[in-house]
Amino acid sequence: MANTTHDPNVYYVPHGSKWPLVGSVGLFLTVGGFANWMNGSTGLGQVMSLAGVAILLWMMWGWFGDVIRESVRGMYNRQVGVSFRMGMIWFIFSEVMFFAAFFGALFYARALSVPWLGGVGDGAATNAFLWSGFDAAWPTNGPAAIGGDFGLIPAWGLPLLNTLILLASGVTITIAHHALKAGQRTRLLVWLGATIVLGVIFLVFQAEEYVHAYRDLNLTLGSGIYGSTFFMLTGFHGLHVTLGTIMLIVIWFRCLKGHFSRDDHFGFEAVAWYWHFVDVVWLGLFLFVYVL
Amino acid sequence: MATDHTAHHDAHHHTPSFAQRWLFGTNHKDIGTLYLVFSLVMFLIGGAMALVIRAELFQPGLQLVNPEFFNQMTTVHALVMIFGAVMPAFVGLGNWMIPLMVGAPDMALPRMNNWSFWILPFAFLMLLSTLFMEGGGPAGGWTLYPPLSLQGGNSIAFVIFAIHLMGISSIMGAINIIATILNMRAPGMDLLKMPIFVWSWLITAFLLIAVMPVLAGAVTMLLTDKFFATSFFNAAGGGDPVLFQHIFWFFGHPEVYIMILPAFGIISEIIPTFARKPLFGYQAMVYAIASIAFLSFIVWAHHMFTVGMPLGGELFFMYATMLIAVPTGVKVFNWVSTMWKGSMTFETPMLFALGFVVMFTIGGFSGLMLAIVPADFQYHDTYFVVAHFHYVLVTGAIFAIMAGTYYWLPKWTGFMYNETLGKWHFWLSTIFVNLLFFPQHFLGLAGMPRRIPDYNIAFSDFNMISSVGAFGFGLSQLLFAYIVWSCARGGARATDRVWEGAKGLEWTVPSPAPHHTFTTPPRIDDRELAHGDVSH
Repeated sequence: MANTTHDPNVYYVPHGSKWPLVGSVGLFLTVGGFANWMNGSTGLGQVMSLAGVAILLWMMWGWFGDVIRESVRGMYNRQVGVSFRMGMIWFIFSEVMFFAAFFGALFYARALSVPWLGGVGDGAATNAFLWSGFDAAWPTNGPAAIGGDFGLIPAWGLPLLNTLILLASGVTITIAHHALKAGQRTRLLVWLGATIVLGVIFLVFQAEEYVHAYRDLNLTLGSGIYGSTFFMLTGFHGLHVTLGTIMLIVIWFRCLKGHFSRDDHFGFEAVAWYWHFVDVVWLGLFLFVYVL
Repeated sequence: MATDHTAHHDAHHHTPSFAQRWLFGTNHKDIGTLYLVFSLVMFLIGGAMALVIRAELFQPGLQLVNPEFFNQMTTVHALVMIFGAVMPAFVGLGNWMIPLMVGAPDMALPRMNNWSFWILPFAFLMLLSTLFMEGGGPAGGWTLYPPLSLQGGNSIAFVIFAIHLMGISSIMGAINIIATILNMRAPGMDLLKMPIFVWSWLITAFLLIAVMPVLAGAVTMLLTDKFFATSFFNAAGGGDPVLFQHIFWFFGHPEVYIMILPAFGIISEIIPTFARKPLFGYQAMVYAIASIAFLSFIVWAHHMFTVGMPLGGELFFMYATMLIAVPTGVKVFNWVSTMWKGSMTFETPMLFALGFVVMFTIGGFSGLMLAIVPADFQYHDTYFVVAHFHYVLVTGAIFAIMAGTYYWLPKWTGFMYNETLGKWHFWLSTIFVNLLFFPQHFLGLAGMPRRIPDYNIAFSDFNMISSVGAFGFGLSQLLFAYIVWSCARGGARATDRVWEGAKGLEWTVPSPAPHHTFTTPPRIDDRELAHGDVSH
């Protein structure tokens, strides 16, 4: 009864794999190492977390490699493809909710907690007895001015440029997708490559902005609620752009090797969806973190 | 021929080695078994912690453990039971039964399924190891409210990362379940013909994907506040400790429905079987679950009435919370109506299901009391709250898990469990669990606060009764473990149908279910569905 044939009418239930267990060990070592590191066991922590990251990279190489090999051999039928697509869509939804927590913190601070500290509404007594003299304004590092005076990064400089870069990268990846569907290989590689370049430029600018903030503006993670929300939101976004860029590089090589056909290229679609997701998150960031 | 392919014990019928089958496997039945066994182990560990708590509270004064350790027990007991016992048990039941119920050959993403499981043992290794660290485990309550949770030992970093791992596991598990239900149903298994258990899991999985990342965000902010100088929950920097409570409960309230909706599903499968009638109001049941899930997103602040919210907020969250009673009432009404004029028999699964209906409803009513803002000002953080959520979680979620286990155990193992012992288990559990939690209502109303190792001697009698109940209930669960273990080893042969009134695809395959089922999709016969022919 067991069926592991490549019959296109049968859902491919994959054979066993060591990668899930390897991945679990990798995750455990990575986060356990970080926790030790933070708690002062620096040496042990660094070794553990680096080993964990190495194992995770090995796992991803091996696991994705297995899946790509099976895909290229034609073991996946359309129904398997639908499962993959659903998996990616719901994964992106979970990422959206992760960012929602940090956006929620930003909105709560700006609309509620900072005005309350300044004496608005129910916060009158709080302001009078605990933080008298604090005038609520945004941006702020709070009534105790945690982290000291800091400067701001104007929205209409580098952030605007980065917005245009990401929007442009959304266009280039779409052109690449059309090229893939039309079977135009060179055009595909060029435009996908352009997307990668734009992603890298974005990251370089973002890194430059961070250096500027830390070195010249005294704007750090420790700059009260403004610094906290600014760096956590842009930081996690930057992390996702980094991941997205790596994914783009991977599928660029897969395009080079000809893994994708005109009508079946889930790997490409998944990366494109992810890229649009980081793009949309950036638009939210640009609006609520930089402009407003 | 397939009857020889027992899923549990003849580990070698496919010739995979032990490691290939249990460590590297992709079979939904094996992974479901792993989840269920893991959950039972965690249930016993978490239960042992509860017994430490109840032993200390047997008498007023400090007897057995120091207060710091007591606080660690209340905190870790909750985390273990929620994330280690109840949630994995439902995922295990879902893993086993959803593919069988919708006629799918396996879960949609079988390797990721295995990863979802294998993250859990590591996560709990990390969580439980904090108890042995310098400074001890987390002691600020499972809700991890700052600033208290950040003022304990440094083990908080391990706790936070353990929660991240649990979240990753839950999200992947939920994605798998949604993809399975939406993509893997046999032709003819329309959405509105699916068993209610499958519906309940579809909606639960959505809740999981929506809120587990929010919890991840909340605990990440805790981590950075503690170790990286951020000010999310620090008023001096413009943040607010109450912000954590909002984010946490935006996760936390859907979370409590994550722990009860699959229970609704299980009960909705069992009652029709033993009442020998189709489920009353199938579509209303589906819409009720969906309504409860929707409402779960807009009631979170009823956990925080006493924290100091604007009046408008208190009123909104009070009324929204009370609205939940409507769809929940629909469900209870439909369960009762299903039994009305049915040909009822009272095997162990049915007993647990009936216990669920009665005692979950008690927990529902005390929840309604807690929803009333002025009353909650009195009840907040007392044993009344403890009594409330243990009625919905122990006599609710856990009773449903046990009902489901007895119900499907013959299908899993191919053997009938010992019915006499099963009934003993039910009656012992039911008597002791009420002895355990019912007096806590009175304690709470009289003002006994939760999470305190000592109390006024005026509370002595009820605490003593409660502790006796706790040990009785705890020991009764060893009987449960024995019944499951012995059923796995042998007993009377189970028929394919197992229960006379059982309907649904899972009963059309042999007992025990062969290692691979529905490799080619089955034909769906509407008369074979548990809720009857719903096309009219």
